[in-house]
Amino acid sequence: MGKLILQDIHKSYGKDEVLHGINIETGENQFLVLIGPSGCGKTTLLNIIAGLEQESGGDILLNDRRLNGLSPKDRDIAMVFQSYALYPSMTVRNNILFALENRKVPKAEREQILMDVARMLQIEHLLDRRPRQLSGGQQQRVAIGRAIARRPTLFLFDEPLSNLDAKLRVEMRSEIKRLHQQLQTSMVYVTHDQIEAMTMGDLIAVMNEGVIQQLGSPESIYNDPANRFVAGFMGSPSMNFLPVVPREEASGLCLRVAGAEGDGNLLPVPPKMQGALRGQLGRRITLGIRPEQITDPGSAREGEALHSIELDVELLEPTGPDTLVFTRLDGHSLVARVHPSTHLQIGSRCTLSFHMERAVFFDPENGSRLA
Amino acid sequence: MRRLPIYLLLTLAALFFLLPLYIMLVTSFKTMPEIYNQGILALPRQFDLYAWRHAWSGATIGASNQGIHPFFINSFELVIPAVIISTAIGAINGYILTHWRFRGANIIFYLLLLGTVFPFQIILLPMAWVQGKLHIAGTLIPGLVMVHIIYGLAFTTLFFRNYYVSIPHDLVRAARVDGAGFFRIFWRVMLPLSTPIIMVTAIWQFTMIWNNFLFGVVFTNSDQQPVTVAINDLVDTVTSVHMWNVDMAAALIAAIPTLVVYLLAGKYFVRGLTGGAVKG
Repeated sequence: MGKLILQDIHKSYGKDEVLHGINIETGENQFLVLIGPSGCGKTTLLNIIAGLEQESGGDILLNDRRLNGLSPKDRDIAMVFQSYALYPSMTVRNNILFALENRKVPKAEREQILMDVARMLQIEHLLDRRPRQLSGGQQQRVAIGRAIARRPTLFLFDEPLSNLDAKLRVEMRSEIKRLHQQLQTSMVYVTHDQIEAMTMGDLIAVMNEGVIQQLGSPESIYNDPANRFVAGFMGSPSMNFLPVVPREEASGLCLRVAGAEGDGNLLPVPPKMQGALRGQLGRRITLGIRPEQITDPGSAREGEALHSIELDVELLEPTGPDTLVFTRLDGHSLVARVHPSTHLQIGSRCTLSFHMERAVFFDPENGSRLA
Repeated sequence: MRRLPIYLLLTLAALFFLLPLYIMLVTSFKTMPEIYNQGILALPRQFDLYAWRHAWSGATIGASNQGIHPFFINSFELVIPAVIISTAIGAINGYILTHWRFRGANIIFYLLLLGTVFPFQIILLPMAWVQGKLHIAGTLIPGLVMVHIIYGLAFTTLFFRNYYVSIPHDLVRAARVDGAGFFRIFWRVMLPLSTPIIMVTAIWQFTMIWNNFLFGVVFTNSDQQPVTVAINDLVDTVTSVHMWNVDMAAALIAAIPTLVVYLLAGKYFVRGLTGGAVKG
């Protein structure tokens, strides 16, 4: 149970406004991810939901209950901190029981909850240790256990995995995801890691400079970015951006790469985008295309409209599941992602297929989406 | 061997500082004729405890001739509540200044810091005026206790503030989400982490208050004086001959409590001053 609504949340420190009207509405028991670069206001927003910071304006509703002005303990929330924030002087057992004692839960029930939580997170053997005797991953588990024990309506996570090593991070990622399925409770998760956002979120809010740039499902954020910021922030390696100029050719509407010598390369515009781009004829706009949408012809799926160009291989980065090819199109650097079995050598030429159907276009001045 | 000069220098320095203590000790065990007839550094021919006994319970101080023991007790009655209360308030102040910050917290902190550089003399007159208004002038309890609590607050607050600054604020935030309030967080989360700084503050306050002379002599009447003032009176009360051995024994008695405190808690003092942060 849990449905969170944020209405026009503002936050200022003196004259400095750091949140400029945040609106989010989650579905029942959704996993909401707040993502953005550092300083974008995501942690401030989380603190406002928690009641640890005071909003300057707007409403916070949890299951139609207005949370504004309530102290953190009255909001029916639990929070997991980046630093874990386990109480150093207490054992794991007491760390988990602390919140229950504060709420005057009867003793028998407390012990039952403790045992349930310990079993769920497999920390039964750690109950009598102190936090400093635990590894990072174990501390993280205890911190999550402490939050679960409260059985809150809403969980808040503040970059909980960023202090863990890479392997553990992947493990805990799926564990939190599994927990979300199991507990059927809403979660708000702050991160700057776009892979965490994509893999965990039902709903992602991409934030920058105190504004939500886009709110949507992972698929829509990734495939249908609202603006250039979202397109560039989500995805690794980042989306390729090329300055192009649309022009009318005998073969139909085409894109000429800006700054190309001579005629340069022409990229065809797929029919569904022609309407929008015809209004930009002769104007320089930004083409966005993800590395995996520039690939070896063999990796292309059937029925996809492709445009193949032969380019020089400048650098190769084999990642294992696929290989990144660094190349240049009319002077602009470009990253392509090809199947690892493709035989390429630095300095040689290769044929790369552009999936123009998946390309997106932005206004170069304000970054807004054109098509 | 190359270290020999260093050890030599250190040994000399130690001798230099220990010499007065040595002289006090041997003198306190000598009889008066011995003091007059022998060199100041000579060991006593036999350990005579008369001076210690007399200093403790027989010497004339002011109007009384019960030795320094009533004043020794006075000092304890002064130092125990003053240390406990000033340390406790300092802890709460430090906790507020670091984890419950409010508008103007920094200004208040800097004003308190100013309190650590005031010389004792500055507060004598205003404090006497306040004590007169409160009708507690001349008393040990609560008069002199209050003086030491107020004067000590700047120090105790500074100590605790600088210690609590290193305790991660996330602990307080986590405890608030966990449903704990101001005092519960202080009691259950902060205090259990505070042993080193409590030790440092308590030792500091104990020594400051126990050794203080000026406030004692200004703010208490004769029978309520602390031991430091009593020793001064003892030395000043010259009858026929000056009893050097009794003076020395009385001074040593007065120094024992601070020495004991250092021996028992000294390791915390060093640890607390150098250790500081709690590693999460």
